[in-house]
This record gives sequence, structure tokens and C-alpha cells, in this order.
Amino acid sequence: MDTREATYAGRRTDGAPIRRPISPHLQAYDMLQMTSALSITHRITGVILGAGSVLLVCWLAAAATGPAAYDRVSWFIGSPVGYLLMFGWTAALFYHLLNGIRHLAWDLGYGFAIPTVYASGWATLIGTGVLTVLAWITWFIVG
Amino acid sequence: MSGTAKTTHQVPLRSALGRVRGLGSAKSGVHHWWVQRMTAVALVPLCLWFIFAVFALSGEPLVTVQAWIARPINTVLLLCLIGALFHHLQLGLQVVIEDYFHEDGVRLVALIAMRAGVVLLALTAAVSVLKVAL
Repeated sequence: MDTREATYAGRRTDGAPIRRPISPHLQAYDMLQMTSALSITHRITGVILGAGSVLLVCWLAAAATGPAAYDRVSWFIGSPVGYLLMFGWTAALFYHLLNGIRHLAWDLGYGFAIPTVYASGWATLIGTGVLTVLAWITWFIVG
Repeated sequence: MSGTAKTTHQVPLRSALGRVRGLGSAKSGVHHWWVQRMTAVALVPLCLWFIFAVFALSGEPLVTVQAWIARPINTVLLLCLIGALFHHLQLGLQVVIEDYFHEDGVRLVALIAMRAGVVLLALTAAVSVLKVAL
């Protein structure tokens, strides 16, 4: 039994039972509009970062285990697959960070006007690109 | 009941089954929302600090990395990062699972498995930091 069914049950003002309508889902939205596209991207990048945290744990565990384990993790991170994962991880991190700040501003009651929502959305996308590229340029200069 | 008595009809705003199952209580929901925001705020500076730290440590030998972890300020900030990150992750994945797993049994198993995984990751990270630092 689906517990959501319980939340659908309601009554009209005359007391007659009714199955209340639920909010529309994916099929009702134009997924090309920025608002919903950035919203689902926030969730997707969150899940990606969760998967990426396994690599962080491996790095810390290897540092605590010894030189052989640390060399293995360093080798993996330095491999082409490792670099690809790290690139995706940094892009997801900067997106989730910037869009998260956007969400915190909404939580404080700022930025709800539609032109502002689109402007902050573009700022998030451009900021993600700029920070990711800057981070990797810094990486290749420092590393 | 006489026909002249005025009958009052109270319309419940919540379904009977929903009320029995305790759905819709504001208290735990607000707590989840609030802690998710607080960990998010903490993660903004912690993530930026960690990114810079990783850049500085890239290519360094293990002893340098261990010495960096063992500095008290770094140990404390790493533990803060681990706590905030995995708590935030757990809260976020909980909502994702609750949204997409509709079958009660499957959802419960998924939530328990997710929590177990996150706890294992968080403890492994924290114990590793402490083992190097102490």
C-alpha cells in the first residue's frame, strides 16, 4: 500500500469524499525552462557529490593506512579516469555551491522576481564554468 | 435530533488515515529543513577551504599530507567538514529516496541502506583523520 494514497483522500465542503488532485510532475513541465532545469540539476549534482565523497573517504583512509595505500589512491586520482572524475566532481561542487547560495537567498526571502530568478540562474551557470576552469588552471600551474 | 436544531459540520483539513499515520506533522519537517540549511551554510566556507587545501597538497608526499592533517586547526576543520558534509548528504538523499521510492517496504529498505552507507563513510573518514592526527 502506498502511503501517499492517504494524503490524496479529502472531503469537499459539503462533506462528500473526494480524491484530491496532486501537483503536476515531469510530464506537465517544459523541462527546457531554466527554473525547473536548474532545480533538478541541483538534485543531480547533490547525488553526484555524494558518490564523489567516496573518493574523499578513500583519500583520507589511505593517508591513515600507509604509503602503499596512499600511492594507489594517488595513482588512481592521477589517472585519466581519475582526472575525468575529479573534473566532473569539481564542476558539480561549484554548481551545487553556487546554486545552494541561490537557494539560501530564497530561504531568506530575496530574489523571487522572475527576472531576478533568471539572472541568478545565469550567474550560477556562468560562475560554475568560470570557477571550474579557474580551479583547473590553478591545479595545472600549482601541481 | 429535531429538525430545528442547527447542525454544525466540521470539515477535517487532514484525512483520517493521514492523521492516524502521523503524516504532515510540522515539527520533524521543520527540523529537517533547518538542519539542512545550517549544514549548507557551514559547508560553504569548509568546502572552499578544503579545495584550497587540496590544491596546496597536490603532488606532496604522504608525510607532508599527514603532517597537514595532524595540525590541530586542520584536524578540527576536517572533522567539521566530515560532520557537516555527511549529515547534509544524508538529509538530501533522504528526500530523494522519499520522492522516488513509492512502495513503503522498498523505501524503508532504501532509507536504512542509505543511512548505513553514509554512517560508514563518515566514520571511516573521521577515524582516519583522528588516527593520523592523534
